[in-house]
Amino acid sequence: MPETLARDDVYELKFRDPVKARALTAAIERVLDEIGRDRVSVMHVCGSHEQSIAKFGLRSALPRRLSVIMGPGCPVCVTDMPEVDEAVALALDGKIVATYGDMLKVPGTAMSLAEAEAQGGRVEVVYSASQAIDLARGTDEEVVFFASGFETTAVATAAVVLQEDMPANFSVLSAHKYIPPVMEIVAEMPGTNVEGFLAAGHAATITGSAIFERFVERHGIPVVVAGFEPLDILAGLLKLVELIRDGSAEVANTFPRCVTAEGNRVAQERLWRVFRATGGNWRGIAHVPNGNLRLRDEFAELDARLRFDIDLKPLWGHAPHKLLQSCICGDIMAGVAAPSDCDLFGNECLPGNPVGACMVSNEGTCKIWHQYGGHPEL
Amino acid sequence: MCLGVPGKVVSVDGQVALVDFFGVRRETRLDVIDEAVGPGDYVLNHVGFAIRKIPAGDIQETLSLYEILLREAGGDMMADDVRGEIEASRDAAPEEAARA
Ligand code: SF4
Ligand code: SF4
Repeated sequence: MPETLARDDVYELKFRDPVKARALTAAIERVLDEIGRDRVSVMHVCGSHEQSIAKFGLRSALPRRLSVIMGPGCPVCVTDMPEVDEAVALALDGKIVATYGDMLKVPGTAMSLAEAEAQGGRVEVVYSASQAIDLARGTDEEVVFFASGFETTAVATAAVVLQEDMPANFSVLSAHKYIPPVMEIVAEMPGTNVEGFLAAGHAATITGSAIFERFVERHGIPVVVAGFEPLDILAGLLKLVELIRDGSAEVANTFPRCVTAEGNRVAQERLWRVFRATGGNWRGIAHVPNGNLRLRDEFAELDARLRFDIDLKPLWGHAPHKLLQSCICGDIMAGVAAPSDCDLFGNECLPGNPVGACMVSNEGTCKIWHQYGGHPEL
Repeated sequence: MCLGVPGKVVSVDGQVALVDFFGVRRETRLDVIDEAVGPGDYVLNHVGFAIRKIPAGDIQETLSLYEILLREAGGDMMADDVRGEIEASRDAAPEEAARA
């Protein structure tokens, strides 16, 4: 970047370039005119998309007729309570639980990992799966890597699992999730009416955009892979409404600088060598067939679920936090409600004291709306 | 956890590259990247692993985006995420900005 540009100039140039943004929104407007209905709903499944959309006020810049819903796009938010419970139980049982920082405050049935730590549980924040291994190398105690994230992040876990000279005291508690199947679930949910998906750029870097072909065929609605700069998102939305207008159910890639049709094959090979997709609950959403990534049998030795006898009963004796029962995260991620529909939003539920998972993660819809003042006109 | 951050490869030793992320140098694993990378190449890094070599023509654009995110005032979650991704490494030795 030329040093001569002042910060504000660059900011304008890259992010808001008003001329380009206006041209794009005008084009979207024209396409919506051609469609001629008073509501067109599309869904994105990426927390980073939501951050851009909320931060740059894209919703208010977009025509009101276009409703852009955030689906289950954040792996932290959809980690199910029993999965957190397993990690909590291990931490309270004296194992060292290593996990990504985002996971600390996610509510479990009785408590979060942060609360478990306050009660003497052993929790270590790591930035990378390799750090969890290093942790294990430096101690004789059991280190359990509580691994969360979508396929992009699961690839890193897979690479670590495939490393040679694995320390004997290292194991993995996988809470990894796989995005494509949940799109099917959401597309079929009554009341959602999603007419097209904006797919997440980084996940598609690994899987390739072609992974969505089957979905498109089955559901007859288009998928557009988009990057997360505001202009990327607008361009993606324009492509998406064009496809909706033309009734063409196809996959389009508006993020070619990071995504190819076939994706990163080396990473895919590692991913599927280590993990298999299996059904499981996504918090607040549903049971998602093939939505969870679990270690294959060949890696049973490394699977914390098999290595340890994880006893959840002491945790399940507690009723979940009373307020949690009124949390509507699930409806929000299914696209049938907005954070402002939740009575707790901004009252009992705040980023510093989250009730539901969507207020915990930086990619959670509730936290993002809270941070950026929500959406004035949904 | 979810962002991918671009950085410039300084040196490569087997499956591990030393990568410069806006002046912070740290190790990134090369196990899952699908192309050969060498010093001077740019890679997209995700939780300690390079997941893609950034095509030469797209580097400037990608870097500018992150430059901006990094400079954003505090309280911006996306900027916080990027900063977190870059700074989170414990073994990282912060060095002078080595940007061209
Ligand atoms: S994993 Fe990547 S694509 Fe998915 S929400 Fe996070 S940033 Fe977006
Ligand atoms: S505001 Fe809090 S309680 Fe309400 S839906 Fe969001 S996370 Fe759940």
